[in-house]
Amino acid sequence: MSFLEIKALTKRFFDMTAVDDFSLSVERGEFVSLLGPSGCGKTTTLQMIAGFEDPSSGSIILNGRNLSKVPARKRGLGIVFQTYALFPHMTVEQNVAFGLEMRGISGDDRRQKIANALDLVKLSHLAKRFPKAMSGGQRQRVALARALVIEPELLLLDEPLSNLDAKLREEMQLELRRIQQDAGVTTLLVTHDQSEAMALSDRIAVMQNGRLMQIGTPFDTYESPKSSFISNFLGKSNCLDARLISTGDDGAKLDVNGIQITGPAVNLLPGKVLISLRPERIDIVDSAEGVLPARVLERIFLGDQWLFRLETTIGNLLVVRRNRGRREAEPGETVHIAWLPEHLRILPQSQENVA
Amino acid sequence: MNRLASAKPWLLSGPALLLFLVFLLIPLVMTFLLSFNSFSFYGGIEESYGLGNYIEILSDSYFYEIFLRTFLIALGTTILCVLLGVPEAYILLRMRPFARSLMLLVVLGPLLISVVVRTLGWSILLGNKGVINEFLIRLDLISSPVKMLYTSGGIVVALVHVMIPFMIIAVWAALQRRDASAEQAAESLGASPVKVFTRIVLPQAMPGILSGSLIVFSLSASAFATPAILGGRRIKVISTTVYDEFLNTLNWPLGAAIAVLLLVSVLVIMLSWNRLVEKRYSGVFE
Ligand SMILES: Nc1ncnc2c1ncn2[C@@H]1O[C@H](COP(=O)(O)OP(=O)(O)OP(=O)(O)O)[C@@H](O)[C@H]1O
Ligand SMILES: [Mg+2]
Repeated sequence: MSFLEIKALTKRFFDMTAVDDFSLSVERGEFVSLLGPSGCGKTTTLQMIAGFEDPSSGSIILNGRNLSKVPARKRGLGIVFQTYALFPHMTVEQNVAFGLEMRGISGDDRRQKIANALDLVKLSHLAKRFPKAMSGGQRQRVALARALVIEPELLLLDEPLSNLDAKLREEMQLELRRIQQDAGVTTLLVTHDQSEAMALSDRIAVMQNGRLMQIGTPFDTYESPKSSFISNFLGKSNCLDARLISTGDDGAKLDVNGIQITGPAVNLLPGKVLISLRPERIDIVDSAEGVLPARVLERIFLGDQWLFRLETTIGNLLVVRRNRGRREAEPGETVHIAWLPEHLRILPQSQENVA
Repeated sequence: MNRLASAKPWLLSGPALLLFLVFLLIPLVMTFLLSFNSFSFYGGIEESYGLGNYIEILSDSYFYEIFLRTFLIALGTTILCVLLGVPEAYILLRMRPFARSLMLLVVLGPLLISVVVRTLGWSILLGNKGVINEFLIRLDLISSPVKMLYTSGGIVVALVHVMIPFMIIAVWAALQRRDASAEQAAESLGASPVKVFTRIVLPQAMPGILSGSLIVFSLSASAFATPAILGGRRIKVISTTVYDEFLNTLNWPLGAAIAVLLLVSVLVIMLSWNRLVEKRYSGVFE
């Protein structure tokens, strides 16, 4: 049995289902992200684990202990809220001490634990400050220290980085990962930022409309999305309607807008399908090696990359090319593109119908 | 151009300043001057200046008693308003929006009714033949009526009813700024509901409690209608004494001197209270 077992968790608000038959198991020490668009039920899921919302049905078992009858204050979880929820009338030190105080830990033991926690988040020099005199990133680290100091079995993070600017967010991502690994605490992170989820997690659980759609390592989820929703949500993707003609050991044959292309073998019946192709897997090549001719509609310079929008006979495609400091095709120019058939993902037509 | 720009703030605040001058400052100054005049039963107010009235008040234990009673009533009212108003404000804030606006109306409702009407209502309740005594006697819980009308206690109860909306509004304003998830955070760290209230909610309500106390205390110390109706001639407070001096004895200078002393003592209490609050809470809240 896994460290954290969530079984068929469901939450209904009146007539709407916020979380629907959600099951997930997390191993000890693992970092799992709940990723999904706004309103898909991530916070609700986290609130049920934390004990602030009662599930309509389903169960949550942490380290063999069924949490359904346990009130929030007895669950012993560390929670970092989106707004940090620091106690404004207490100094950093007092904020961190609060959880220890509630556990009746006092004296040297308490001082030692506070010092360690502040050390971990590198805030020892600000121990006597009040939260209002701190930056967003510092507040976030106080919230983290306050959650970690009680040595929780499970750390819950609800979009802890969403209030920070892009640069600080990147720094804090690395910091968060370091802290989590140093403390070795099992962590569940809620986010709608796919790059954050990929940078931090051991596994990503993608949610849509209250349901768990796919769970796997960031690499697997990115490489083999189970639906066009996921392939579009995790990074950019070119999704095209296609017809599967046949599939066998030698790969699949597809018809896209009258053009015959090949792809990897799939476990689907011939008929309407979706194909997805990552922009960075399409190459702009010499005409001799090209699969298709294409006309450049637009190109955008992104610093380390060029983003092209191309018009082809199978539809418009996004293509990303690393900036090598060379001349690149300009809008209006005709180029040739190529990709490897195994980089094509063939998905069932209906998004709900995840095999 | 520049001259006009610098005159602008004065021009814009002109009407308010005029109002302030005519309706507050001038009467205040005239009362102040009046308090130094002397008075005789046959000659009336005399155009002489002296400290006679103040000496008379400060050397008479009768006035000390009235001042002490007034401030004890104000203090009792303030304490009861804190004890009742703070939990009430917190409960209101945690209600669902619809119930909250309904209950807020109930809480603020008393402000919409004249103090006199409300107080007369209390005298109907508190009298020897009033609703409460009649009820208790019917139930055989008491044999003779408990004296509630014409007591300081009765005045405090009625004042609390009048003043509590101010306390609730002040605490409400302070608590509304808070981040409610801090309470969830405290809970997740192992705090019981009582601990959450005393350690997290109450300190954040403190600025509201302190400013609310200021309002309630000063309004209660100078309240007139409630002590006049519920205290009558027997339980005199400062404002009813001033009234009597002006309208019964016709000793306006003495009444003015009492009024000035009330103003000064309330001002001193308020300012020192404010000092205390600022020292304690500066730099904590945004
Ligand atoms: N108390 C509530 N009453 C009714 N509906 C609610 C309540 N709380 C949440 N919902 C609904 O449940 C759905 C999921 O909400 P939730 O807060 O879990 O979304 P989320 O995935 O955390 O979104 P975001 O990324 O915007 O924070 C939403 O459609 C929301 O409107
Ligand atoms: Mg959310």
